[in-house]
Amino acid sequence: MEEFVENLKSRFAEGILLYQEREMPVFVVTKGCYPLLVKALLEEKSFQVLLDITAVDYLRWPEPQPQRFELVCHLFSLDYNKRVRIKVPLNQGEEAPSLTSLYGNASWLEREVYDMFGIPFHDHPDLRRILLYDEFQGHPLLKDYPWKREQPLYEEIKDDPNR
Amino acid sequence: MGVSSPFLTTKIDDLLGWARGYSLFVYPFVTACCGMEFIASACSHFDIDRFGAGLTRFSPRQSDLLMVVGTVSHKLAPVLKRVYLSMAEPKWVVAFGTCAVSGGIYHNYSSVQGIDHVIPVDVYIPGCPPRPETVLEGVMLLQKKIAQEPRDWRWKSSSRT
Repeated sequence: MEEFVENLKSRFAEGILLYQEREMPVFVVTKGCYPLLVKALLEEKSFQVLLDITAVDYLRWPEPQPQRFELVCHLFSLDYNKRVRIKVPLNQGEEAPSLTSLYGNASWLEREVYDMFGIPFHDHPDLRRILLYDEFQGHPLLKDYPWKREQPLYEEIKDDPNR
Repeated sequence: MGVSSPFLTTKIDDLLGWARGYSLFVYPFVTACCGMEFIASACSHFDIDRFGAGLTRFSPRQSDLLMVVGTVSHKLAPVLKRVYLSMAEPKWVVAFGTCAVSGGIYHNYSSVQGIDHVIPVDVYIPGCPPRPETVLEGVMLLQKKIAQEPRDWRWKSSSRT
């Protein structure tokens, strides 16, 4: 695994912004490099399982970040029992590449990221909300979404003598 | 028991209140972990059937007691309202657990802050989750309330929807 990581670091030298060895190898990559790196991991080291795609909003992070969002993706290799984390920094409104051509479950995971954070995926086949209703305005996991704001679908009951 | 009511009507109301109170057909609208406690109350250790509410019906058309057990999200609220409107009268609603009563620990974009924003509620059973004894207490309170109600109190006296 170590030599494969070295191999990847030399092959994707321009795309990999940062590499960290934490509880698993962590790649911080540009969005152009992201699908290529995932494809290399899938095809050469059998990372067949896409565990999760999520995102982080760094709006109120103590240290200001150059990019507001970070897309976080975890892969798992059944053959080697190894995990890998890939992070992609993104600006607000910037489109992220989709992994739907590599992993079937990426479709719903990316729809969830879109639903909660509003990050668009430019080659996603069916990008719409997955958990919330269509009438919902905004994206609730953004740090500037007012945490108390509710968007009810019903009319409030008022002044009912029988209540 | 109004002054103008004839003696016989009063007795029929009493009889009906007694009969309705002890033959509650429950529709369990179970959305969350409180459902475990509802099951515990319904099964033989605590046995809600001792209070005449043991017959769960999984169709709102056949039930008179809507038990809302668990968190109701804003996406689910129209479903809950539709279930309530589908029930034949007379009908009663119990909010089971803190989430159904007031939203509980969930105060965010997704959760209804108490089902009484959506439908009228007769008895609130607090607890996270409530003990089965609390549930039985709530059922008994509802039976007391039903016993005091006139037979046609709802569909003649109000525009309650």
